[in-house]
Amino acid sequence: MSLLDVRDVTIRFGGVTALANVSFSVEPGEIFAIVGPNGAGKSTLFNLISRFCEPEAGEVRLDGASILDRRPADMASLGIARTFQNIDLFETSTVLQNLLIGRHTRRRASFASQAVFSPAARREEIAHREAVERVIDFLDLHASREQRIAGLPYGTRKVVEVGRALAMEPRIVLLDEPASGLSTEESRDMQFWISDIRAELGITILMVEHDMGLVSAVSDRVLVLAEGRVIALGTPAEVQSHPEVLHAFLGIDREPEA
Amino acid sequence: MEDLQLMVGGLANGCVYGLIALGFVLIYKATEQVNFAQGDMMMLGAFIAIGLGNESHGGLPFWLACVGAVVIMAAFGMAMERTLLRPLFGQSQIAVVILTIAFGFVLRFIAGAIWGHDPLVMDHPIAGTHVTFGPVVLSADEIAVIAVTVLLTGLLYLFFSRTKLGIAMQAASQNQLAAYYMGIPVKRIHGLTWMLAGATAAAAGILFAAKGSVDPSAGLLGIKAFAAAVIGGFGSLPGALLGGLIIGLVEPFAARYVAAGYAQIAPYAVLILVLIFRPHGLFAQVSGKKL
Amino acid sequence: MRVSFKTSYNHDIRLFADGYQASRYAALVVLAVGLPFVLDDFLIGEVTGVLIWAIAGMGLMLLTGHAGQVSLGHAAFLAVGCYAHAILMDRFGLPFLASFALAGVLTGIVGVLIAIPVFRLHGIYLAIATLALSMLVEDIIVLAEPWTGGVIGLTAPTITIGGIDMDRFGSPDRFYWLCLAVVLLITLGYRNILRAPLGRAFVAIRDSEVSAQAMGVRLAWTKAAAFGLSCLITGWAGALLGHFFYTFNHEVFTVVVSIQLLLMIVIGGIGSIHGAFYGALVVGMIPQAINIGRDWITQVIGTGGVAIPGLETGVFGLILVLFILFEPQGVHGRITKWRIYFELFPFYRRDLFRRQRSYLKTERIR
Repeated sequence: MSLLDVRDVTIRFGGVTALANVSFSVEPGEIFAIVGPNGAGKSTLFNLISRFCEPEAGEVRLDGASILDRRPADMASLGIARTFQNIDLFETSTVLQNLLIGRHTRRRASFASQAVFSPAARREEIAHREAVERVIDFLDLHASREQRIAGLPYGTRKVVEVGRALAMEPRIVLLDEPASGLSTEESRDMQFWISDIRAELGITILMVEHDMGLVSAVSDRVLVLAEGRVIALGTPAEVQSHPEVLHAFLGIDREPEA
Repeated sequence: MEDLQLMVGGLANGCVYGLIALGFVLIYKATEQVNFAQGDMMMLGAFIAIGLGNESHGGLPFWLACVGAVVIMAAFGMAMERTLLRPLFGQSQIAVVILTIAFGFVLRFIAGAIWGHDPLVMDHPIAGTHVTFGPVVLSADEIAVIAVTVLLTGLLYLFFSRTKLGIAMQAASQNQLAAYYMGIPVKRIHGLTWMLAGATAAAAGILFAAKGSVDPSAGLLGIKAFAAAVIGGFGSLPGALLGGLIIGLVEPFAARYVAAGYAQIAPYAVLILVLIFRPHGLFAQVSGKKL
Repeated sequence: MRVSFKTSYNHDIRLFADGYQASRYAALVVLAVGLPFVLDDFLIGEVTGVLIWAIAGMGLMLLTGHAGQVSLGHAAFLAVGCYAHAILMDRFGLPFLASFALAGVLTGIVGVLIAIPVFRLHGIYLAIATLALSMLVEDIIVLAEPWTGGVIGLTAPTITIGGIDMDRFGSPDRFYWLCLAVVLLITLGYRNILRAPLGRAFVAIRDSEVSAQAMGVRLAWTKAAAFGLSCLITGWAGALLGHFFYTFNHEVFTVVVSIQLLLMIVIGGIGSIHGAFYGALVVGMIPQAINIGRDWITQVIGTGGVAIPGLETGVFGLILVLFILFEPQGVHGRITKWRIYFELFPFYRRDLFRRQRSYLKTERIR
């Protein structure tokens, strides 16, 4: 069974159709990329899966169970983590604290034991801290561990946001343009991390990305959206030679139009 | 007939609330700032009009005193923007809220130091005259208050919907950066807006003084006006006036038909009900934030 | 510059960074406990007042400073705690400790009940809703005369714990120690919450509601918890305030008090427990400072010291305006900057704390 299954989803904002009859499914352990020009509905799709917006028609299933009756805060405990296109970190907190929020759904200590900070609460804090430390190790964030987000360079914030999603130990992570705004070198690092997230942590990845180099390097399958419609779905190589894709992205037409 | 008199009295009060609320909304629409000192600016406007016009003080002719108060308050609004608000440009909304609350305290103190803490009454030509419609006797000042308010609201509405400057003012708030790119001088627009709000506050103050006495704590009326603005939807000029009228009407009728003590409570009860059932007011203008 | 080397995760979790810091706070507590032996009854009364306002300040700081929900109506919760405590002791004959605990819990429950309908409101709408609440409670106190004594008000019952008299006027020193104990317990609990998941959830919803939800933080639940905890603390402050004033009516809990409470924590420094204490200190010192200033002016000019009504709030407002313009992080922020200046000397850079500016985008679209 597919891990995530999106069926015939349509979303309209006012008169604009953001998504029209979009269907696809993501298999466990896959790196699945969504590409398309600006305004193609990629972010809307992410917001739908993380439940920040409602579809007009269609169904979204996780492990065969509909998630449309769930609310945004439920998604973390279902194992869906995400990052944001414009980076949405907790600006006044340190990197460490940001990552620790990722552990929120795994908290166990009762309210009372938090208020008196019982030994159990302390043990739990240390356990969370160890989990976060593994993420810090994984993403090489040691240097900025104690720093506030507000003073960090853009590239580091991007990585911290990925780290915050990983701290959740999700089953599937949605990366919204993980490499946008990064330098060539940072972008290359991000590419390795994305492959490692799957290889070492076994997390399924669904990502929106403009950088076709990165997409073809890491993804198993690519979904191409344009104006809210699916125009191609397949391996990076298949998709790149697809006539409609060439038309939508580059304006190249194989057959001259009348 | 008593009801009709209550209604006109309530409407006249409501107009003053509505005008202060207009000041709030004006500033909010153009600058996305919330001016909690608007009520105190109204109080200051009233005192300036009294100080210029009353026999015991300045002794200027009534109309001149009114124009003087409006001009002085307009300048005051602009100066306030220049010295207090501009340094906060680009900071959080709540900083502005707290700043204006604190500045309201300062204004109240200054007014008390200049004009004292005893209530003052404004001399004006139609004080104490009445208009009789058959069995109904209405006081002329209340009718004048309603007429002036309707006129002012209409003018402001036209200004925002028809003139280039009015539209630029709205654009400036909705996306400051984009407004810059479009060549809208955001800072100058903010100054003009506060000027306009100062003038509106003076107008509200004159109308308020025309109906009764003024003392430095009159600025606390601003809280009711604030409730009015929120009931109306805090971004809508007609909504602000409507909110003001609702509150103005609810007060005397609650006192008349429920119990005297409830006149104070009623406006806030209405506010809380509106917020619970329509969290963004009757004329909501809020839509989802883009992720 | 001190550097503390961390050798275990406990280092980050424990209350004090190192022994030096711990000893400084211990010295402060010893000083506070010993204060009655040095000061006279009047001054101890003043310091007790500062402690009670600091408790109220912590209540509001939790909600506004840490969870980011601005309340302009916390005098309402002070009133609930104060009246609930007085009524529980007088009418139901509860002993002080039971009544005190219960009054806080009741206020917390009221807070949660109020949070449920208003939690959907943001920023300015929440501020105005709580402001309206404060106005409402003021009038409700007058209307609920059979319970609250209306405009005449109530008289605080006497405090005895285990047979020891702790009354405000009878034994100001013991009342001071009682308040100090409450302050210490609440501060400890507050610190514990901040280093636990709940505290992180508060900060998360303050900084970004969207992100917090994506991390699994339930907005409604977290906001209700923040309201509940904040009102619990504020209710306790209210209960002590009743004893402090001895007699009280609705005028003790006006909307102006609500506003001053918010301004107080802003002066102190929003977003830190220290801020609640600094704010209470500043507010407690203003009347004294004005008195001294007035005496001084009288001496210099030679005219009789005239009482100027509204001077206190005027000065308070002015101080706040200056803080917002020049030091938005309040007294705590200022002190932190000075400390870092000396620790880093001579390497302090002017831009170390440069404020970040952002362009505002509307929350309304159309």
